[in-house]
Amino acid sequence: MNATTDAAVFAHGLTKRFGSFVAVDHLELSIARGEVMGFIGPNGAGKSTTIRMFCGLIPPSDGQATVAGFDVGTQSQAVREHIGYMSQKFSLYGDLTVLENLRFFGGIYRVPQSKLAERLTFALSMAGLQGREHALVATLAGGWKQRLALGCAILHRPPVLFLDEPTSGVEPQARRQFWDLIHQLAGEGVTILVSTHYMDEAEYCNRIALIDRGRLVAIGSPGELRNHGLGGVLLEVTAQPLGAARSALLNVPGIVEAAVFGDKLHVLVGPGGPDAQAISAQLLARGLQVGPIHAVTPSLEDVFVRLVSREQETREAA
Amino acid sequence: MNLRRLLAMAYKEALQIWRDPRSLAIALIMPLMQMGLLGYGVSLDIKQVPLCVYDQENSQLTRAIVSRFDAAGWFSTTRMLHSEAGIRRAMNAGECIGSVVIPVDFSRQLASTGTASIQAVFDATDVNTTNIAQGYLQGVIGQVNAQIQAQWQAAHGVVASQIGQVNLQPSTWFNETLDSRNFIIPGVVAVILALVGAQLTSLTVSREWERGTMEQLISTPVTAMEVMLGKLVPYFVIGMIDAAVCLALAVWWFDVPFRGNVLTLLAATALFSLVILGIGYLISVRIRSQLAASQVALYVTLLPTTLLSGYTFPIDQMPKAIQALTLVVYPRYYVTILRGIFLKGSGLSDLWQPLLGLVIFAVVIVWLAARAFHKRL
Repeated sequence: MNATTDAAVFAHGLTKRFGSFVAVDHLELSIARGEVMGFIGPNGAGKSTTIRMFCGLIPPSDGQATVAGFDVGTQSQAVREHIGYMSQKFSLYGDLTVLENLRFFGGIYRVPQSKLAERLTFALSMAGLQGREHALVATLAGGWKQRLALGCAILHRPPVLFLDEPTSGVEPQARRQFWDLIHQLAGEGVTILVSTHYMDEAEYCNRIALIDRGRLVAIGSPGELRNHGLGGVLLEVTAQPLGAARSALLNVPGIVEAAVFGDKLHVLVGPGGPDAQAISAQLLARGLQVGPIHAVTPSLEDVFVRLVSREQETREAA
Repeated sequence: MNLRRLLAMAYKEALQIWRDPRSLAIALIMPLMQMGLLGYGVSLDIKQVPLCVYDQENSQLTRAIVSRFDAAGWFSTTRMLHSEAGIRRAMNAGECIGSVVIPVDFSRQLASTGTASIQAVFDATDVNTTNIAQGYLQGVIGQVNAQIQAQWQAAHGVVASQIGQVNLQPSTWFNETLDSRNFIIPGVVAVILALVGAQLTSLTVSREWERGTMEQLISTPVTAMEVMLGKLVPYFVIGMIDAAVCLALAVWWFDVPFRGNVLTLLAATALFSLVILGIGYLISVRIRSQLAASQVALYVTLLPTTLLSGYTFPIDQMPKAIQALTLVVYPRYYVTILRGIFLKGSGLSDLWQPLLGLVIFAVVIVWLAARAFHKRL
């Protein structure tokens, strides 16, 4: 056992190729016990493929990964005993009732008979489905289905939980409730890797891993990513006319990017670049009107859009 | 392998069958429908063969012979014709399949030489029907001969072996009533099992792929073996119930004689079910679309069972190459066993070869099926 396997989920050089297409490209990842890790990235970024490799559903082409200390390639049976998984597509049995689904997974996960009744009750109340035990699952609305799927996935109290876009297509209110459940579980020490493409949900995670085209682009807490993810300081510049100001600033050394943001400019200044006074001077020297300039905290969305486009520029350059 | 997981799997599968009208219909109604359809509809007997008679002599003796054709029950509308041309017309028009001509000097010939001939013409378009009708006719003539001999003996007080034609009554074993239903119905059980078993199981894995439930299932600790056995147990139970119902109908409804041992029959039925379910499961694992799986299942189970098992077409009348091929057509072993047990009362000592054939098939198929499913996407 080396130190890295102390992590609840660990990947080193994890790669998945489908023919010549590289879905996951030398991914490095380490998730601590009890951590809620968000997996963010555009569609086709390799989020689901990575999660499926962690669950032992598809074998890695290269690299290694461990979950709860077990190797996903050679100890996939042990891995499955220690994980709960919710696939992207709803995957309970629609032609079985709520209780029948729960009992089925209780049997498949061999939940001890002495604890079964208590766990079923817990899952039912967690999903808010008390009184609807005998409803066919196909007749439930989206939010209930998702919570029931989560209930089924944690019947055996797995230490690690993989949730692949669990809230897609679920209404905002239900999404909020779902995240409360995730935090409740994390509070009990469960490690959770959850993928999403809702930016607001990224804020609920302890840490976020941004994935693009199979590669890990950035990783950190929402605060870290907001403050340092851009690799510089974001200034909001009021100037007239905007277009002329933007092209002027793009030519200033040290300015990484300038983008129109409403009736203002968002200017990303790299390390050692000009400060607010210097920018003001530059614009005034060109005969433009300049208003107030101040630093702003970027949204996570700003950071992701910036990081993904930078990643693509580097690739194109290479 | 874990019994709890296996039972959870089997119970879930049973619930799904119970909730699925299509599966339920295949499991419960199809056997009864097939039994009725094949038991009543498919018959190799020919009844009510339309027969024409041209009685040139028209004497008391010849009229007595003609009335025997009617009485035999095999021939329906015994039509009297009065010319050769009339026969040709009736045969051409398909009004009769066979025509009998009794010559004008029939009685005189019989009295003077002791033999006389009756001319029979058959429409050989349907060779099978012709052969059978010919057999029936010979049966009637045989009865006539016997009667003539008896009358001769009564009149002259001596046994006259040279009088009357050779009695051509066909000899039959095991199926004295000459009812092909007795031959068909035991085989129907094989057809129903093949149809129901493979149709149901061929959908069981592909359905989980199509509905997306498979991804969840294979993320759990359930093993491939538990998935297979858990899925097959309910279908095995259904198969055995269907077989029992069909066998009971065969014996008590269709009055097929049952002369063998029930336990031997059950053992053979269980083996055959295993083979069929294993094949259905293999197809289901390999083909992820329900529709395609169901069609392939038809081709590999029902077709060989109906065509190459000897169920309708006797194997010993097939070309040699096809006969060799039937050795790998697993239903032939079961059909042989069914007929043996039903009609001949064969025991283990007579049936060890086909039983061994089934055992080998069951072992190989189940082994292949167990290895086919991998818990991978």
